[in-house]
Amino acid sequence: MIYREAGDFKTSYRDDSQTFPIRLDRWGYYAILAVAFGIIPFVINDYWANAVLVPFLIYAIAALGLNILTGYAGQVSLGTGGFMAVGAYAVYKLMTAFPDVSILIHILLAGGITAAVGVLFGLPSLRIKGFYLAVATLAAQFFLVWLFNKVPWFYNYSASGQITAPERTVLGHAVTGPATSAPAKYLVCLVMAFLLAWLARNLTRGMLGRKWMAIRDMDIAAEIIGVDPLRAKLSAFAVSSFFIGIAGALLFAVYLGAAEVGEAFGINKSFLVLFMIIIGGLGSIFGSFAGAAFMVLMPVLLKNVLVGTLNWPTDLAAHIELMIVGALIVTFLIVEPHGLARLWRLTKEKLRLWPFPH
Amino acid sequence: MMQAHEGYVTDDGRQIGGTVMELKNITLRFGGVVAIKDISFDIRQGEIRAIIGPNGAGKSSMLNVISGFYNPQEGEVWFKGYRRGPMKPYQVARLGIARTFQNIALFDGMSVLDNIMTGRLNKMKAGFLSQAMWWGAAEREENENREAVEKIIDFLEIQNIRKTPVGRLPYGLKKRVELARALAAEPQLLLLDEPMAGMNVEEKEDMSRFILDVNDEFGTTICLIEHDMGVVMDLSDRVVVMDYGRKIGDGTPDQVRSNQDVIDAYLGVAHD
Repeated sequence: MIYREAGDFKTSYRDDSQTFPIRLDRWGYYAILAVAFGIIPFVINDYWANAVLVPFLIYAIAALGLNILTGYAGQVSLGTGGFMAVGAYAVYKLMTAFPDVSILIHILLAGGITAAVGVLFGLPSLRIKGFYLAVATLAAQFFLVWLFNKVPWFYNYSASGQITAPERTVLGHAVTGPATSAPAKYLVCLVMAFLLAWLARNLTRGMLGRKWMAIRDMDIAAEIIGVDPLRAKLSAFAVSSFFIGIAGALLFAVYLGAAEVGEAFGINKSFLVLFMIIIGGLGSIFGSFAGAAFMVLMPVLLKNVLVGTLNWPTDLAAHIELMIVGALIVTFLIVEPHGLARLWRLTKEKLRLWPFPH
Repeated sequence: MMQAHEGYVTDDGRQIGGTVMELKNITLRFGGVVAIKDISFDIRQGEIRAIIGPNGAGKSSMLNVISGFYNPQEGEVWFKGYRRGPMKPYQVARLGIARTFQNIALFDGMSVLDNIMTGRLNKMKAGFLSQAMWWGAAEREENENREAVEKIIDFLEIQNIRKTPVGRLPYGLKKRVELARALAAEPQLLLLDEPMAGMNVEEKEDMSRFILDVNDEFGTTICLIEHDMGVVMDLSDRVVVMDYGRKIGDGTPDQVRSNQDVIDAYLGVAHD
């Protein structure tokens, strides 16, 4: 009754193609933005930033990136961890080589470098599809991790083989390094996530997005109506890797502060981000955020319940937590294989009629 | 049967123009199998040209040669006065050739509107940055092309399913959406691969009406493959008959109907 498009008339194609055509959705979106930008930065503490919000935002960016490649363009990738490593090492090399340039520019450049690497590893997609492509991207994952371990130039010949982010400031506030405050970390990630989500939405609703989806749904038909598969697939790899590179750069520089490539960007990361988009919903911007929230929040929640409330020993809780998260994923996929985004859409369709049955 | 190269006037008084596409001595082989053997015919501006023949006659292969999906080993394909060399399918689309498929080839995950909008991709030139910002050229193009697409949606009477995902539509409507997507490209030559396959009588009538209307409204040149002989004879201006990869007849429906080879090979079966 309250939530519906009736009475919300559109008089131009511009209005009709907007992101939130229903008024209530639009208000909800503005309200979330107002809270995220206007309230949370003033009340956030270290625990909420480090355990919940910062990893959520960073993984949401990575999930957006993988969703563009896998959900929209239909190209399966298991190289996410490797591409995040490219972003992280790129930003590290840039930060240490050009200390006077703004860290924000370095993060964007790291995204650009990752995009170039992504295109390179996307070339096999022109010949192979599906599982075979997944295996090819898996090769990228192992190769990149091996490369960053093996060549000391990448970690500036440090004795531990780790990379450590030096302190860099934006407008006088530290955003990397040990002195960074919680609101600064949060705001950098929030601005990046907001801008990239807006970018992803624009790209996917326009002609480039339609070309990606055409390739995903039926590549031969797409080619016959005029989609150049080379450009469509490689542009998906480029844009996707740009997002993932930025996520990797933020994860290392803002969140972790120091990283060892095998540990921070191993194959586990690739699977984690893949789970996020499958649970969140393939081919959905909302799904990328929902999936990231699920995978970041669920372990935190379980830990709080098991250790905090039930007083279980920490190591037992950690193992049980893995089992519960795994079981939840399986259950979830059986109940709703199209993910949280689909559940959300179904809820909205129900809401349009509520409280009437028809 | 020979007709003047400048065109001719149909029985119902439509002026048919000069040659749009000419196929000269096309031979197509798959390994040792000869799918098409030394076939020549032309398609004229504004006409409805049908290719008929029994199963396995090579009709679909012929259509795939015209649409550039197969490159014939021998022969020449001329389009709008230029010889067409081997091309990628998407390059052929840019020349102005659109097609539909026997087994519907729509993008199931996208809405009807997005499917049809995809048909206009060669009309949209906005750069990457403009698209990413949804500003300037990208937004303007989007709205202009939406207007053109809405005209086609009105024309094919599918307004009410505009925002429905294609995967949820029944078969007959999917066929119509596929026609809409092909029309959205404003093609110079429209290829229809069995547009009425698997339809009931009512749907066939609707589809026939749309094909005639498209030809009439937009003057689109149409080349179609169809099994239903009644439909083919009613719709088309000229018919090519194929059997075992060879051409055994070419002419108006009346001429083809009275051709003894054609009766033996194909129509004769219906009279048994």
